[in-house]
Amino acid sequence: MIALNLRNNSLSYDGNMVVDDVSFSARTGEFLMILGPNGAGKSSLLKLIAGIEASQSGQIDILGKPKTKYTSRELAKVVAFVAQQAPLDFPFSVAETILMGRSPHLGILGIEGKKDFELTEEAMVFTGVDHLADRRLDQLSGGERQRVMISRAICQEPEIILLDEPTTALDPAHQIKIMDLMERLRREKKTTIIMVSHDLNLAAMYSDRLLLLKNGRVVVIGSPKEVFTPEFIVKSYECDLLIDKNPLGNVPRVMPIPEKFKKDKS
Amino acid sequence: MSNKSDRLSITPITHRLPTICSVLSLLFILSVLTALAIGPSSINLGDIFSLIGGSGPTDPTTSTILLKIRLPRVILAAVVGATLSLGGMVFQALLRNPLAEPYILGISGGSAVGAISGILLGISFFPGVTLLSFLGSMLTLGAVLVLSGGHSSTRKDSLLLGGVMMNAFCGAFIMFLISISQGSKVQQIIYWLMGDLSMSSSSDLYLLLLCLPCFVVILVLARPLNIILTGRDAAISMGVNVRLISTILLVTTSMMVSLVVCQSGLIGFVGLLIPHLFRMFLGADHRLLGPSCILGGGSFLVLCDLLARTLPEHGEMPVGIITALIGAPLFIFLLWRARR
Repeated sequence: MIALNLRNNSLSYDGNMVVDDVSFSARTGEFLMILGPNGAGKSSLLKLIAGIEASQSGQIDILGKPKTKYTSRELAKVVAFVAQQAPLDFPFSVAETILMGRSPHLGILGIEGKKDFELTEEAMVFTGVDHLADRRLDQLSGGERQRVMISRAICQEPEIILLDEPTTALDPAHQIKIMDLMERLRREKKTTIIMVSHDLNLAAMYSDRLLLLKNGRVVVIGSPKEVFTPEFIVKSYECDLLIDKNPLGNVPRVMPIPEKFKKDKS
Repeated sequence: MSNKSDRLSITPITHRLPTICSVLSLLFILSVLTALAIGPSSINLGDIFSLIGGSGPTDPTTSTILLKIRLPRVILAAVVGATLSLGGMVFQALLRNPLAEPYILGISGGSAVGAISGILLGISFFPGVTLLSFLGSMLTLGAVLVLSGGHSSTRKDSLLLGGVMMNAFCGAFIMFLISISQGSKVQQIIYWLMGDLSMSSSSDLYLLLLCLPCFVVILVLARPLNIILTGRDAAISMGVNVRLISTILLVTTSMMVSLVVCQSGLIGFVGLLIPHLFRMFLGADHRLLGPSCILGGGSFLVLCDLLARTLPEHGEMPVGIITALIGAPLFIFLLWRARR
């Protein structure tokens, strides 16, 4: 089944095209990662899908229904968005933050019921932050905080989760922890996961398909093997990359080639 | 421990809110009773209770003092304190600035220019000075909102800068007005600028009723406000209309603050101290902070006003002096304690 389908979407700020005629679709339960150099329009594309920005042209279908037919609350019940960083100047507790994920599901008075507390507890256990429930967000490490924000998205019970570079600024152990979490989420709950990332190797190891963007346009969409070729990935990033096979499995591995190693060769 | 929610690590708001409200209501009632009892002629609690009970004190003078002088004054202080605290809470949250005061969007400057013009023209305090003051703050608020109506991501900063600039511009104008005024009027102006609850008379208290719907709007919007505070984009993706809710909150808050300022003058510090105090103890949940600021802010100003009218041997001093004298050291102490 198709969870998400975009046709000819464009978005521009002050005459600058940031998303230019983008079309693609994602299956239910697919792990799709969006790659591309800085300024390629990855975050903007994610915001279009999340309803944070409205595309100037084109159509987005979510679960087979045009996005324009959803109210913002209805959309929030099926699509969750995890921002790159959560502001910390108003330090809510971990549990309070995650409970907010229930807000699109609450009634007019906005008072949470037993089910909402249970789902919050469940989401905390799922991401392994249940022992931090009473801690304030500003007392956590970056990795813990990111898991809290993911818990909130899970608590929203969406069909599709959108993540904007959730592993940037985390150490390798925490990066893997977040990625494993998303993998488990898609396996156990059949959630469709769309993630923007700068980490090419994590993308190759975890994603089913990769969407490569440059200057707001789709360069290619396909499996990691199809995308990680000199023609696509090297050209897009305008950087010499060494591509070989990852010893961990049947996926490509990419390494940027620093200047000094180029000199050694010659 | 049979109840499942007992095992959960979250205390539901339906448990915390009633507890906090009862404690603060008790504090509020005690403050009001104290303020009613103490004054140039002290009244014992028995008289106050029999007045509440409907039978009325035996002495008509006592009854007059209570009903015509002290009660209106206590009501004014309570509403002003509650409004300023709630207003400070909203502005600190929306502008993400811990230093935001309820007057920040140009209200202090605009209302002061209006009020001082009224005082200089020699018109009566009500409706003249009050009306001019309200008009002044609405004009500056309008100007700040129009000036900042640009791109939404920069709006927060331009609101803040617009407000600060508007207040600074009005500040110069205020100084000019003071420089051309003479004698007794200068003292009246200075009292207004320091915040003074003695100018308003009991007949125009009904204006304060307009604050109540504003309280309700803010309390109802506390939950979406919480979500906005965890990030604008995240809030939109959770179905919150960030722009609409922020605008409603800004306008409602500024309106209610203008309503009290035109009767009380510029009482400083309440809008800073009370919201920060409760944030330290209760956390960031505005569904708890809202009612706490109303009850706590009301109690605080009732007590400060009691000091303002009883401490000097003759007459009264502006209550703004008391709020700053008590507020600033208390705030510093709390900051110091929180750091340890």
